Amino acid sequence: MNSTGTLKSSSSELDLDRPNIEDYLPSGAAIQQEPRGKFRLHDLLDISPTLSEAAGAIVDDSFTRCFKSNPPEPWNWNIYLFPLWCFGVFLRYLIIFPTRALVLTIGWIIFLSAFIPVHLLLKGHDKLRRNIERSLVEMMCGFFVASWTGVVKYHGPRPSRRPKQVFVANHTSMIDFIILEQMTAFAVIMQKHPGWVGLLQSTILESVGCIWFNRTEAKDREIVARKLRDHVQGTDNNPLLIFPEGTCVNNHYTVMFKKGAFELGCTVCPIAINVFKYWPSLWRVLGSAMTLYGGQSFTTHLLQLMTSWAVVCDVWYLEPQNLKPGETPIEFAERVRDIISTRAGLKMVPWDGYLKYSRPSPKHRERK
Amino acid sequence: MGNTSSMLTQYDIEEVQQHCKNAFTQQEIVSLYQRFCQLDRNNCGFIPSDEFLSIPEFAVNPLSQSMLRLLDGFNFKEFIAFLSAFSPRATLQHKIEFIFKVYDTDCNGKVSFDDMLTVLRDLTGQYMSEQQRKEVLAQVLEEAGYTKDSFLVLSDFMKILGNSDLKMEAEVPVD
Repeated sequence: MNSTGTLKSSSSELDLDRPNIEDYLPSGAAIQQEPRGKFRLHDLLDISPTLSEAAGAIVDDSFTRCFKSNPPEPWNWNIYLFPLWCFGVFLRYLIIFPTRALVLTIGWIIFLSAFIPVHLLLKGHDKLRRNIERSLVEMMCGFFVASWTGVVKYHGPRPSRRPKQVFVANHTSMIDFIILEQMTAFAVIMQKHPGWVGLLQSTILESVGCIWFNRTEAKDREIVARKLRDHVQGTDNNPLLIFPEGTCVNNHYTVMFKKGAFELGCTVCPIAINVFKYWPSLWRVLGSAMTLYGGQSFTTHLLQLMTSWAVVCDVWYLEPQNLKPGETPIEFAERVRDIISTRAGLKMVPWDGYLKYSRPSPKHRERK
Repeated sequence: MGNTSSMLTQYDIEEVQQHCKNAFTQQEIVSLYQRFCQLDRNNCGFIPSDEFLSIPEFAVNPLSQSMLRLLDGFNFKEFIAFLSAFSPRATLQHKIEFIFKVYDTDCNGKVSFDDMLTVLRDLTGQYMSEQQRKEVLAQVLEEAGYTKDSFLVLSDFMKILGNSDLKMEAEVPVD
């Protein structure tokens, strides 16, 4: 391995005790400590570990993997299974889908015909109105879940309504919220969406006390933090649900939790969600085009769900956690993420979900 | 797996393999092609340097800027040739050539004091002052028998790094 130290006149050679490059180059502090004698030109020029890391990142990086949606293996491309698959398509698109659409439409009609009058007429009786609206929203979500033939298994005690309590859950897709809302009407903090979803957000979801934020606005965070605090203090508000990952992540990983939810000084109740979707293989082609999970619109997503066989998911309501003495909010967040990931069988990744939308700042590079 | 490998014919794979002097197996080339397609989001056949910066692990690497200089506007063959320096089958010479290219910031075939200073700056950031860097560099060069004004060429690099166990590898995931 190391050659014996023979010094040639014009070039530097290996020392027997060659200093470890890893200690030197990435954190230059070591250079200051070592007296010049030990540090040779060879060590300076050998940047291979840093380059290897960079090349490794080019070839495969853990961040992109979080968002890859792995299309299922095609099982229908042979002569026997193909007709069966065609029959399945026929069944799904022409029989099941219209039935589901019908169910959904009926649900909407019932909901709107109950919600609008209640909203307008019972303006004076806030408490009653809120209770009715809450049950209606729960019912509507139930209809949604039924329209995809959602089979949801809930484990653990149902969330209770207590002040100074916040719920956090991992975020796998846009329907997480609906699945959870079906059981308990939560107030969620969500990104404001454009289109008909935005309309829904401002009218119906407003009634359960949802809070909006805008990812692109920098000052937004303070405003939202304040709103969160106010909401949690109020006794009559619906329990608050937060998705601390900040973005949709596929069903195998969790990215870093944002500490905002953990700084509020309340009990944090973790919820773990795991969703299995039975994708029909027709969508596989479209699916692979959207490698950044969550790049589809809500409408497309819903349509896909309504034309697939079923959606099976597990929801675990886990034990409430409190900030331990001497623990920072970030450590607290990581601890809760660990609990959730273990329960739902997900791998933890040390990346910030928002990197999907922006580049790491030079600050991060400096730290490296 | 899936439909991407069918877009790359056997002939293409062999051509690419030859281009990189057999640094990668055919399986690895297929995996790298999938990775290339993943990075080439606009399907234009080459990857602009912006795309590499959107990989957080790459963007936080201190040498990313220098590497991007070498990486700009790569089509698949060039992508493979670039990565071939990191294959376990690459020769030591090839790896040293790669390191030389990273150092040669002005691409004139010679590495000057300033070139080395630039790389050192990237690596040490704010941990060392500019003065300290110059001192360390001058000292180390002198010990090796060069002066501040000498230019290092490829053969010098070979001499300096040639005897070592240069570990410069990146593993290609083959599924």
